[in-house]
Amino acid sequence: MKKNLSYMDSVHRDGRIWGIVIGCIILLFPAILMAIFETLPDGKILIKGLIATAPMYWAVGIIEIFTFTPMLGAGGTYLSFITGNISNLKLPCAIDAMEKAGVKASDEKGEVISTISIAVSSIVTTIIIIIGVICIVPLTPILESPVLEPAFNMILPALFGGLAVVFISKNLKLSIAPVLIMLVLFIFVPFLDASTVGIMVPVGVIITVITARILYKKGII
Amino acid sequence: MKFNVNHPIIFVLVGIIVALVIAQSVYFLVKAIKRAKELGITKETIKKTVTSSAIFTIAPAIAILVGVVALSKSLGLALPWLRLSVIGSISYETVAAGNAIEAAGSNMSTTITDPAIFITIALVMTIGIAAGLVLVPFLTKGIQKGLTKIGMKDPKWGEILSNAMFLGMISAFLGYVFCDVGLVAKGDLTGLIPVCVMVVSAVVMAVLGIISIKTKIRWMNDYALPISLVAGMASAIPFTSLFGG
Repeated sequence: MKKNLSYMDSVHRDGRIWGIVIGCIILLFPAILMAIFETLPDGKILIKGLIATAPMYWAVGIIEIFTFTPMLGAGGTYLSFITGNISNLKLPCAIDAMEKAGVKASDEKGEVISTISIAVSSIVTTIIIIIGVICIVPLTPILESPVLEPAFNMILPALFGGLAVVFISKNLKLSIAPVLIMLVLFIFVPFLDASTVGIMVPVGVIITVITARILYKKGII
Repeated sequence: MKFNVNHPIIFVLVGIIVALVIAQSVYFLVKAIKRAKELGITKETIKKTVTSSAIFTIAPAIAILVGVVALSKSLGLALPWLRLSVIGSISYETVAAGNAIEAAGSNMSTTITDPAIFITIALVMTIGIAAGLVLVPFLTKGIQKGLTKIGMKDPKWGEILSNAMFLGMISAFLGYVFCDVGLVAKGDLTGLIPVCVMVVSAVVMAVLGIISIKTKIRWMNDYALPISLVAGMASAIPFTSLFGG
């Protein structure tokens, strides 16, 4: 037991150190550019750009910490919030890995499998982007080809179709209410689309957790 | 120093940050593999986790690369490379850059030549998504401890809770797939494309699952998700030409 605790504690200690160091460097990056090119940002454009971006993404970002952390595990969270692309890559990757390894997200085996999966996914993503940046000239016509464009645009439906089959078939009773509610909301509420799906993830999570609690208390699941 | 969006010094800076990000992932990978062995997770399972995660990542990572290419016309290669290698997501970075470029009175296909504008855009993209970066080091431990407590108090509920959270996320994205279905009533069939793509992916996943159970071919189950992902993405091409897009 003591050993388990010490692994988790060391994950938190290391995660915090890495997070703070890399976080500071990322935040300092624009300031370093200012020093190198001896220029200050344009205040008006900055405020206008931030008003259009920051309020929504800060709100979503804070909610995401509370919804994604329990699913990603500690190590996975420290890595994912640095490397990004969580709902469209890291989380599905970790969920699939835990499912295949037959481990539960709620115990330490799940924690390590999730961390391994997210670390590998982060490394592979970063390497593919590096290769892409180096080979940008020959790759651009392929990546921008109108034939392939629909395939890249449809990555989320293609990803969640497969994941849904696995999870809905294993949790049929629990799935019905949240899936129906989300379908009705997205079909009939006009402002719900690709740009707002980030806000709807925590809503979906809350609805499903409440449904699960009710079904669990009633002894249905 | 005379500015241009592809100045070598920007590449050097971005290279250093990207190297650090890879180092962090390698550090946690080694640490987790060591712990996995201590916990009695077999070498085969660890190897399978590594290979299936790597293969699964390829298609989404190429889609992220498309985002880098799209942004590189106005911002050069180095800044989009950084922004899409750290935090953010392909959808966020494109929106944030778009907002900032628009605020600067420019557009996505014109190369930025003014360093002040370039730096302003970098600042908007950085500050706009900094919530997770700033707060995760301080909040994660508390959230994790709370969950461990729930799991220890009632292990069955702990397991249902984590399944419910996964399902909640999946249900939100399933809803999103149907968000433009309403357009069909107005004669616009493009809303059906994501639905058809999702169905193809789901069917491929189900068929692979059934075949692997019946024939006991393990690899088919191990790689079912990346296969269904690529099959779904590929099906988007004919569906788009069928429904118009």
